[in-house]
Amino acid sequence: MRGLSAIYTIWYRNVLKYFRMKSRIIGSLGMPFFFLVIIGFGLNSTIQVPGMEVDYVEFIAPGIIAMSILFSSMFSGVQLVIDKQIGFLKETLVAPVSRLHLMIGQALGGATTALMQGILVLIISLFIGVNLPSLSGILIALVFMFLIGLSFTSVGIAFASRMEDTHGFQLIVNFILFPVFFLSGALFPLDRIPDWLSFLTYIDPLTYGVEGIRYGLLGATQITPVLSFSALGGFLVAMLLLGSFLFNKIKI
Amino acid sequence: MELIKVDQLTKTFGDLVAVDHVSFSIEQGEIFGFLGPNGAGKTTTLSILSTLLKPTSGQAFVNGYDVENQQSQVRRSIGVVFQDPTLDEELTARENMDIHGRLYGMKHRKARIDELLKLVELENRKNQLVKQFSGGMKRRLEIARGLLHDPQILFLDEPTLGLDPQTRNHLWDYIRDLNQKKGVTIILTTHYMDEAEKLSDRVAIIDHGQIIALDTPMALKEQVGGSRIRIESKENQKILQRLQGIKWLNNLTNYNGFTDITLQNAEKKIAGVIREINDLPIDSVSLKIPSLEDVFLHYTGKTIREQEASAKDRIRQHRKASRR
Ligand SMILES: Nc1ncnc2c1ncn2[C@@H]1O[C@H](COP(=O)(O)OP(=O)(O)OP(=O)(O)O)[C@@H](O)[C@H]1O
Ligand SMILES: [Mg+2]
Repeated sequence: MRGLSAIYTIWYRNVLKYFRMKSRIIGSLGMPFFFLVIIGFGLNSTIQVPGMEVDYVEFIAPGIIAMSILFSSMFSGVQLVIDKQIGFLKETLVAPVSRLHLMIGQALGGATTALMQGILVLIISLFIGVNLPSLSGILIALVFMFLIGLSFTSVGIAFASRMEDTHGFQLIVNFILFPVFFLSGALFPLDRIPDWLSFLTYIDPLTYGVEGIRYGLLGATQITPVLSFSALGGFLVAMLLLGSFLFNKIKI
Repeated sequence: MELIKVDQLTKTFGDLVAVDHVSFSIEQGEIFGFLGPNGAGKTTTLSILSTLLKPTSGQAFVNGYDVENQQSQVRRSIGVVFQDPTLDEELTARENMDIHGRLYGMKHRKARIDELLKLVELENRKNQLVKQFSGGMKRRLEIARGLLHDPQILFLDEPTLGLDPQTRNHLWDYIRDLNQKKGVTIILTTHYMDEAEKLSDRVAIIDHGQIIALDTPMALKEQVGGSRIRIESKENQKILQRLQGIKWLNNLTNYNGFTDITLQNAEKKIAGVIREINDLPIDSVSLKIPSLEDVFLHYTGKTIREQEASAKDRIRQHRKASRR
């Protein structure tokens, strides 16, 4: 019970801070919006997605939703770096709660705010061409969106545990984000690409997230949903373990 | 009852021995002060007692619990106000308090939060963001937060560092009140002499990681010689004779036209002394009351300020060296 209340408290603080920063919510919608509108519509008439009966803008919408969750969740780790700097971390570390619970609360908090970003992009994409999916389709998409959020928040926490300054954190995260995003099959179909590229997309965990969302929203996918779910679930467990391990080693 | 017991506690960072075989114990209801210059090891000691750092060797018990193996029980017994700020300034005072209460599993927080914010005179600011607070207000909020879960023991690391004299006096009153009315045992660190002296029942003087003296402020000062009245007069022989006839004065010396009387509570007795020699010519009277500064000087051969200056020199030299 105590553990749950500690997790809830840390989660609550993160969500509270998210809603207080309206400008950041709006600001971080900018990039996904332009991706959808410019790349989506810009290439809509040029590109036909082979083997799927969808427009290009519909095809990339799940990828852009995944992107907004990826960015938002990885960057949410910066809060931990800030908490080290402002000393707030010490206040939580000296409380009678375990570090594991603090870490889980932080991860769930980051995942929740990332999920909300993703939902906003999902709503935008419904306005610009994606057909309204069935309720079960939306639920499936939401599950995958949450899994992406929670795993990459854990990655962010893992890095943040080792870092002292926010600039360094942002540099490292940027360095990782772009390959993870561009290799994920968010923007291109997985067949008909060179083998070496195909190999890289299949080891990119985000690929399984994008395909899972695609299955939920479009009903079409290139990887079976069960495989996507298992791969992403496995990655999540590994990242939660890594994040907790490194969080546990933070020295004040 | 002993609330804190520390035995041969040592903490090293690489080659540096920050806390060096320190032993002491603190009774329930005490205000215990650590007085020492920058880098003496005060914060490190408190960090070990509050379970944030592991000792290199030695043992420490807080409220009967081992700080290494019974962290959760130790944490529940203590409130900590750190030297550096630890508030979330993007949240309001009430939200900072509320998060603390939740972390400590408190069910009925609201009334208690209001009560404590009232105690530190912040109740009409409770919904304001902490970043809009002054330094003194933030400090008071941190103290209120540290008390929220009703700890038996409160650690205050440099509670009044950087505050103006008025706010300091205010905080001192709170701290004394907490101790006297609520019975909270308080361990504070400071490098202000007056703070250590005014607040603490007992003071441990700490330097280079070692406790070099530990006693009540009064006893410490007596160890370096009590207070002294010095009378200057051409007729100092007569003054000496007259004073020798007084029973409650027994420590008298005479030289160079000065008569020195060493005694306790000189400031209270000086009027009585003067009354006895009123009819003799007196050129000057001076009073010297020893301070903890004198105690520090006595044990280390340096004043605390010199000690801090040399610490700064060392840092400067170190910086120069590492720039090369
Ligand atoms: N995490 C750390 N790593 C390395 N050295 C440290 C660390 N923390 C403290 N020290 C060193 O240990 C010594 C004692 O530091 P500490 O902070 O306990 O001093 P202090 O008495 O609290 O000083 P101040 O009055 O400046 O707060 C210092 O020399 C400091 O540089
Ligand atoms: Mg200190």
